[in-house]
Amino acid sequence: MPTSPKLSAPLEQGGAPTTPAFADVTASDSTLRRFLHGLPGVDAVGLEARAASLGTRSIKTTAKAYAIDLAISMIDLTTLEGADTPGKVRALAAKAVHPDPTDRTTPRTAAVCVYPDMVATAKAALAGTDVKVASVATAFPAGRAALDVKLADTRDAVAAGADEIDMVIDRGAFLAGDYLKVYEEIRAVKEASGAARLKVIFETGELSTYDNIRRASWLGMIAGADFIKTSTGKVSVNATPANTLLMLEAVRDFRAQTGVQVGVKPAGGIRTTKDAIKFLVLVNETVGEDWLDNHWFRFGASSLLNDLLMQRQKLATGRYSGPDYVTVD
Amino acid sequence: MTKFEYAPAPESRSVVDIAPSYGLFIDGEFTEAADGKVFKTVSPASEEVLSEVAQAGAEDVDRAVQAARKAFEKWSALPGAERAKYLFRIARIIQERSRELAVLETLDNGKPIKETRDADLPLVAAHFFYYAGWADKLDHAGFGRRTTEGHSGANPRPLGVAGQVIPWNFPLLMLAWKIAPALATGNTVVLKPAETTPLSALFFADICRQAGLPKGVVNILPGYGDAGAALVEHGGVNKVAFTGSTAVGKAIARQVAGTRKKLTLELGGKGANIVFDDAPIDQAVEGIVTGIFFNQGQVCCAGSRLLVQESIQDELLDALKRRLSTLRLGDPLDKNTDIGAINSAEQLARIKALAETGEAEGAERWSPACELPSSGYWFAPTLFTNVTQAHTIARDEIFGPVLSVLTFRTPDEAVAKANNSQYGLSAGIWTEKGSRILAVANKLRAGVVWANTFNKFDPTSPFGGYKESGFGREGGRHGLEAYLDV
Repeated sequence: MPTSPKLSAPLEQGGAPTTPAFADVTASDSTLRRFLHGLPGVDAVGLEARAASLGTRSIKTTAKAYAIDLAISMIDLTTLEGADTPGKVRALAAKAVHPDPTDRTTPRTAAVCVYPDMVATAKAALAGTDVKVASVATAFPAGRAALDVKLADTRDAVAAGADEIDMVIDRGAFLAGDYLKVYEEIRAVKEASGAARLKVIFETGELSTYDNIRRASWLGMIAGADFIKTSTGKVSVNATPANTLLMLEAVRDFRAQTGVQVGVKPAGGIRTTKDAIKFLVLVNETVGEDWLDNHWFRFGASSLLNDLLMQRQKLATGRYSGPDYVTVD
Repeated sequence: MTKFEYAPAPESRSVVDIAPSYGLFIDGEFTEAADGKVFKTVSPASEEVLSEVAQAGAEDVDRAVQAARKAFEKWSALPGAERAKYLFRIARIIQERSRELAVLETLDNGKPIKETRDADLPLVAAHFFYYAGWADKLDHAGFGRRTTEGHSGANPRPLGVAGQVIPWNFPLLMLAWKIAPALATGNTVVLKPAETTPLSALFFADICRQAGLPKGVVNILPGYGDAGAALVEHGGVNKVAFTGSTAVGKAIARQVAGTRKKLTLELGGKGANIVFDDAPIDQAVEGIVTGIFFNQGQVCCAGSRLLVQESIQDELLDALKRRLSTLRLGDPLDKNTDIGAINSAEQLARIKALAETGEAEGAERWSPACELPSSGYWFAPTLFTNVTQAHTIARDEIFGPVLSVLTFRTPDEAVAKANNSQYGLSAGIWTEKGSRILAVANKLRAGVVWANTFNKFDPTSPFGGYKESGFGREGGRHGLEAYLDV
């Protein structure tokens, strides 16, 4: 990155919980601010034009079949409702393991994503499979709680068996310019997450500008995020091709600079196969095939899965089956 | 083999019906050339013969000019609003037939369907819509005589017959740039498309008939340089408009000198794309790619000279090379193709020769790993680094997918280097600093200056050159003046 300070030493592979190479950057509020504000600016028109132009790629036949299976395998099948019950979570877990009951060759989803109090139920339902349990935490979705509460929330989820933690950043602190507070919080949650992989949600719709999204991405990665994630799905603007492209550029540049690979998860608003394929094209042509794997790229989605299944059936049979041929949950 | 291999996604060829032969379009009819001459037009991507086209000679030029002269009386006397109706109709038919025309243009020119579909055709229609809107407002366009008391004198009047010669890089779009303002202002037209890309102009002739345009208002004469020269020379022509090479432009200027013909020339360029160290880097990389690889770099306003601030040279070039490695070269009809074929064997030879000169003069050549198809005319996207102002490839227009990379240290040096060219058609500025955009843009001697973007076209914006890039403006209100006696 042209205007960012040079690092003293390259980082080791493997996503260490903290990133000592950035010690001078995170030494104080002002050094952190200087670093984040020194990142290259983002031209909104150009970014959106690039995302739109990649959106015109025509993905057909074999490429489409590959993309559909890949997209299914990348889904964090999500239910985050006040009305969630053990029954609902078990149904979702069953669907994650066998998305299409009529075709057992359908890949499993990457994970099931639930609130912390549903982790144990999900974990039991998924026992013996490789489908992960992801839990939102840290007073999701607003994140408006004391740090102790957020950490307790995280520890609960991990204790119940969560493989992955989806935390939200304190957008209020970020927008107030209190970057160090956001950083410290992510680090604390990372520590509380233990072996669980940490996804850091920025709520890009609330950060609002692309410059902010780039800064948040670097802030999250410096603090030890395993994944950076666009949104909670609870606000009006969630994942878009442009904000996801921007975050992909960030993980690409971060790896080039530090050697550490970080995953990306767009979440919210991705409902159709066509949309999902556009995101996979963004991944393919921005960061390349190292990220074309559910260890490094995820979709936070619920209704997307059924559309992927219907398109998958159509490719296999030549007919469009309709919503009665996929399961409702 | 990569993990995510895109399957072929060809646009259907069957949406366009190319006849085995085409005539000249004179006085509303398709006719053979007086001497019966024909020439073949081929697809540059495969060298397949697409059609055989009548080749206009001096006698045909004379017939066409006579037809246009005759049509001028009635056409110029029509109320502007009536002329507008025809232009709106043409614009709508172009939109309705855009898929067909996009495929046709891709076949005849070699450029990717992605570009004809998303750039050429929408711009062609937009140009006709835009000038249709001016046809009944010419008295209010700011031209014509006005006394100091503000009393209006004579209104601007059309010139007569416009002889127009267009290039092969944007065949239908250059036709639109020429014909739309000419007709809106009440002139009639004899247009010669380039010999390698005659088909879309002939389809346009069909659109004129479909729109019910009066006979003789538009005449299309496919042919070679001799037909163009005959047209420029013809005594019945009142206005000459040419887009093409600087060498031919100079010859036309000499030919027209001493006559009463009005002349506009849109010629070559060696656009400087200036990237400052505070640029939005990822978008600048996209802008560099669009600047020089759009239409295989066969663009007069291409950003063929990259001027990058020395302090970010390495980072920028790494990012640029990484991006070039993702460009998809191949079948122009495939919807995923980014880089199509070079338009002709002749142009390919010129690009190759200039690239070899670049190497011979010590510049460092780089291309991404890229397999070229075995038939057709192809050239891999190419970068030259270690280029200085003294290199031929920094001065001569290559008109191909070849980027010369130069460096600068300060904004003043960037401006000096950008302006140090015989040309002055386009330039680009990349910086997040608004004040720098304004300061630098004011010092650049180029007809179009893009800020944080490149190769963006709009019918409302005047386009044209400084210095050897030509004179006169096309597009916008300014574009009317070239076709009016003011």
